[in-house]
Amino acid sequence: MTLLEARSVSKHFGGLLALDEVNLSLQNGEIYGLIGPNGAGKTTLFNVLTGLYSPDHGEFFFNGEKLIATKPHMIAERGIARTFQNIRLFGNMSALENVMVGRHVRTRAGVIGAVLRDARTREEEDGIRSRAFALLQYVGIAEYANNLSSHLSYGDQRRLEIARALATEPKLLALDEPAAGMNATETAGLKKLLEIIRGDGVTILLIEHDVKLVMGLCDRVAVLDYGKKIAEGSPQQVQRDPAVIEAYLGGV
Amino acid sequence: MSRWEKLKRNPRAAWAAFILIAVLLAVLPFLADTLLSRSWVRIIDFVLLYIILALGLNIVVGFAGLLDLGYVAFFAVGAYLYALLASPHFGIHLPFWALLPLGAGVTCIFGVLLGAPTLRLRGDYLAIVTLGFGEIIRIFLNNLNAPINITNGPQGVNKIDPVSFGGFSLNQSHQLFDINFPSVHNYYYLFLALTILVIFISMRLQDSRIGRAWVAVREDEVAAKAMGINTRNIKLLAFAMGASFGGVGGGLFAGFQGFISPESFTLIESIMILCMVVLGGMGNIAGVVLGVVLLVVLPEALRYIGPFEQALFGRVIVDPADLRMLIFGLALILVMLFRPAGLLPSTIRKREFEAEDEVEAQNGARA
Repeated sequence: MTLLEARSVSKHFGGLLALDEVNLSLQNGEIYGLIGPNGAGKTTLFNVLTGLYSPDHGEFFFNGEKLIATKPHMIAERGIARTFQNIRLFGNMSALENVMVGRHVRTRAGVIGAVLRDARTREEEDGIRSRAFALLQYVGIAEYANNLSSHLSYGDQRRLEIARALATEPKLLALDEPAAGMNATETAGLKKLLEIIRGDGVTILLIEHDVKLVMGLCDRVAVLDYGKKIAEGSPQQVQRDPAVIEAYLGGV
Repeated sequence: MSRWEKLKRNPRAAWAAFILIAVLLAVLPFLADTLLSRSWVRIIDFVLLYIILALGLNIVVGFAGLLDLGYVAFFAVGAYLYALLASPHFGIHLPFWALLPLGAGVTCIFGVLLGAPTLRLRGDYLAIVTLGFGEIIRIFLNNLNAPINITNGPQGVNKIDPVSFGGFSLNQSHQLFDINFPSVHNYYYLFLALTILVIFISMRLQDSRIGRAWVAVREDEVAAKAMGINTRNIKLLAFAMGASFGGVGGGLFAGFQGFISPESFTLIESIMILCMVVLGGMGNIAGVVLGVVLLVVLPEALRYIGPFEQALFGRVIVDPADLRMLIFGLALILVMLFRPAGLLPSTIRKREFEAEDEVEAQNGARA
């Protein structure tokens, strides 16, 4: 079943066409890779998908419904969570609190509940805390729960961002270069984590430069170049595609 | 482990400390009255009033990270609302119990109104716009005396009803168990009760879903949005909550002083309240309280320099009024140099040190 479909999505900044009639479709439960040279429009596609930018043209269908909501918080509510290429954690909050913020969209308590702290609010708050802690264990950084997120190592910050995104209970997890800056061991650990996440029924959309990771992990891969999708298919197919080779190595 | 954590684990010591503080707060006006002077009780009243104001601004600046330089506008709106609805100016005399929630409610709306146009702004731009709003309110108050006289212009509103509950006016001395409670003492207990309430609300909000959302917006607005936080609503909520605290403070100020004019609500007032928040430790409630105590008490205490000079040198060499602001400014600079996060930085840092201590303790136990 199709989870996400992008239909001829376009976006330009001034004279620069960052996305040119891009069509994508992601199946439920797959890991879908999005690759391409720097400046190909991968992150722009993420930003348009998650509502940070509005597309000039085209539309997204998610879970069978058109994504009319254009505000980022509504997108998160619909079940799309993301991480950022340049890690964007809440630096002065502990790791646990970062994940607790992720529960915001699935919880209700308002000012009155917060002040009176009635039974329902207390119950909800306990649920937030235990769920957040469980997610830290899930990504393997529970021992740093009380550390400031900005004091975690680079690889652990990436993991924390994934835990925070998972806290919103997404159907689709969009990861923007999660392995950037990781060493080989950390990348292998990340690969394992992503496979577990997929095994738990979350579809993953992955932007990545680490070719080995993409080829070993993704079920299908799309290649963007100058805002256009130039190839799509299994990692093996895409690797052999002459258009892809030309985009990466330059025209001869 | 911090001292606070140790206290929590030792309930008897915690109760003893609690009772000691409660007794101290209960007899504080009498202590100040006998040991110092009646005017010190008045200064303590102002400390409590400014705690209410500063904790309101702390929600906007400390929790949500929205630099608001026009906070005094809400203080002014609250004060004028009270003054116009409880004075001979319009001949309206609403009771205090109605005015307090009304003031909180109306300033809440003002908070949303002034907050809404600033939602897209951040940092310095936000500061400039809020500064403008603060001035606009003050200038309105100054000029709304013609063609229809609403605010009585620069002359201000006089003969404002004192705070009273039924026939029990706080402006008169009362006898209870043969103890005389003068007016400033009465106001002290009212302000103390409301200050405790405001501290309580602040603490509860900080440690809640809403409080976390505020901090998330402060730390990274884009990430907060992506996590499903409706940043527009959460920022407006911060403005509204902060404003309502300011409105309550304004109403108390009007009833306490009996006279208000636009002069009480200048930019410097906004800056002073902001200084209290920043000096004490932005985002930390205990820090803000400490900041207020210092910034209200210090300038008053520095008045004693005059007599001190007299005693030491036989004459007053430097006018205390000049020296006062000099030392005051110097103290501010020193605090910001040596404790850039404020005198009592927000708890999160402490918590991390505790976590490190615990890890070390565990390692030590294993070795």
